[in-house]
Amino acid sequence: MTPPLAWYLGLSAVLFAIGVLGVLIRRNVIVIFMAIELMLNAVNLSFVALARSTGSMDGQVIVFFVMTVAAAEAAVGLAIILSMFRNRETTNVDELATLRW
Amino acid sequence: MVSETTWLRWIVALPALGVLFNVFVGRRAPGAVKLVGPGVVGAAFALAVWAALRRPEGGALHDHVYTWIVAGPFRAEAGLSFDALAMVMTLVVTGVGFLIHVYSVGYMHGDRGFARYFAYLNLFTTAMLILVLADNLVLLFVGWEGVGLCSYLLIGFWYEKPENAAAGKKAFLVNRVGDAGFLLGLFLVVATLGGHGIWTLDVATIQENRALLKDVAWLVCLLLFVGATGKSAQLPLYVWLPDAMAGPTPVSALIHAATMVTAGVYMIARLHFLYALAPAALAVVAVVGALTALFAAAVATAQMDIKKVLAYSTVSQLGYMFLGLGVGATGAAVFHLVTHAFFKALLFLGAGSVIHGLGGEQDMERMGGLGTRMRITFVTMAAGTLAIAGVPPFSGFFSKDEILWNACAGAFPVLGVIGLLVAFLTAFYTGRLFCMTFFGECRASEDVQHHLHESPAVMTLPLVVLAVLACAGGFLDVPGLLGGEGHEAHAPLAFMLLATALAAGGLGLAWALYVKWPGLPSLVAWRLGAFYRLVRDKFRVDELYDAAVVRPVFALAEVSATRIDPQLIDGAVNGAGRVVSATSGAWRRYQTGNVQHYALSFLAGALALLGYWVTR
Repeated sequence: MTPPLAWYLGLSAVLFAIGVLGVLIRRNVIVIFMAIELMLNAVNLSFVALARSTGSMDGQVIVFFVMTVAAAEAAVGLAIILSMFRNRETTNVDELATLRW
Repeated sequence: MVSETTWLRWIVALPALGVLFNVFVGRRAPGAVKLVGPGVVGAAFALAVWAALRRPEGGALHDHVYTWIVAGPFRAEAGLSFDALAMVMTLVVTGVGFLIHVYSVGYMHGDRGFARYFAYLNLFTTAMLILVLADNLVLLFVGWEGVGLCSYLLIGFWYEKPENAAAGKKAFLVNRVGDAGFLLGLFLVVATLGGHGIWTLDVATIQENRALLKDVAWLVCLLLFVGATGKSAQLPLYVWLPDAMAGPTPVSALIHAATMVTAGVYMIARLHFLYALAPAALAVVAVVGALTALFAAAVATAQMDIKKVLAYSTVSQLGYMFLGLGVGATGAAVFHLVTHAFFKALLFLGAGSVIHGLGGEQDMERMGGLGTRMRITFVTMAAGTLAIAGVPPFSGFFSKDEILWNACAGAFPVLGVIGLLVAFLTAFYTGRLFCMTFFGECRASEDVQHHLHESPAVMTLPLVVLAVLACAGGFLDVPGLLGGEGHEAHAPLAFMLLATALAAGGLGLAWALYVKWPGLPSLVAWRLGAFYRLVRDKFRVDELYDAAVVRPVFALAEVSATRIDPQLIDGAVNGAGRVVSATSGAWRRYQTGNVQHYALSFLAGALALLGYWVTR
């Protein structure tokens, strides 16, 4: 007895929405970064759920790609955050708003 | 008959080489300038004499140097033509020019700009020779502008004095007004002939096809005449010439008496076939000439500056030449041009000798009694005075008589009567100049009298040569040489006697007023009152032009500089900048630099796309 596909997709949508909200409203860069990871994994969840229900392997393969990219992105992103912190002594995005007019 | 040559160009090239020498080497070798400056012009004169001997009877020498302009169908050659008219002019320009160059060696001795002076003088000779030898009107225009430029340079030669520089500028600007008319005339010729497929300004070609110009001839002639009034100092553009006396005196002799100012006369003589198609234009030429002659002669009677008298005299004599051209006596006009070149150069150089001897004094009130102190100048000036007054057998008598007789016998005898009146005035003012300078008591200061001396031989020798020419020049048969149109009648004896009587009367009156009863002139001036002052102030034409032209132009410039430029032009440019700055200032507020704001706009965009796809 497995739950229907809609439940998986609904969970995925909720997780994605939480990720979006996190990116938009949190001020700490680390947390925003975590929210981005959450959005990626929400998408991964929809991929595997759909792959399972259609019996195709394509979705599962894409998930591996996404995980690889997410790992690389985490490495680069954390490095950027680290060097920003070394320069500016802060992880608050409101204070990191100099890239403008 | 035209025979081709390849050496005619050297007449022009020799003075041009002199320019190069004086510009690049002259400053370091002033001794060589003394030889090269006059030498190249002398050589050009020798070559011109050689060319005159080689010229086929009744024909011309021609030298095609190179093809100068090819613009679509239009072609202009750099070609020189040496026909009878060009021959007369070339001989006058190089001959009289050579004498003046020699004289200048003495007059300009020790001047700081000695080499510069000769560079300008040679450049002037080059330009004038291009003008007279050009076989087409485009090349003629090059010479035309060239002499204008040199005139500017030489009038303002002593540019340290602001009034000299201003006089040079005035000459240049007034000439420019005339040149605009000249150019418009050329454009009209090109456009009209071009409409018939003849794209050239070659004089011979224009002459062949003059029938095509029949309808516009009057306008072409009037426009070209505007150019001539500028260059040859006729009403209403004569005002630059009296001011041009700011230059060194030999320059006045060369440019403002003997050669450059004759360019207008030469041009009309060259194009007389065109003027023959337009009797109305010819009448304008004659009337302007006669009025100028009368006007300038009247002004000359009341001037005190010796050079100003001669300057107005030049304007007046040029008026005679235009009168001659206007009544169809082209040969007589060119004849007068030649004799005038002789005696006016002589008078100017003689005046220069007097000024030199008196240490720069030009006011005739402070001259007098120089007859015994400057023998050669005295005798040569006497020849010049008799020549310009028209006393037989001096040169002026013959040429002036022919013009006057043709005017009297022409369509407007009244112009001839004006001419006779001018003849009387001419004799009077030259007699006045001569008497005030050479007779009576010397009115110069003791110090100046002490230094009074006759000029050196290098100056007096050209005077003697010119005096001989002024005496004998009348026997040259210039009208006959130009193939006189046939209708140029010779004056009858009675007319000659009348002219002679007028000349003698004028000279006699001058002698009576300025030698016999020297107190009379001021009495006459006092009795004439306002009229005398009006004449003495040159009829206040300069003031009129100042009020009518110069001041409005300055006022316009003032408005442009203080209102239109900073407010309208700058306002438009700055306004455009401000508009861009204001609009971008509004937009840049959206660039907060806060990544979350950007992310929000991503979301909005993504949702909008999603909504679009869902509801589609």
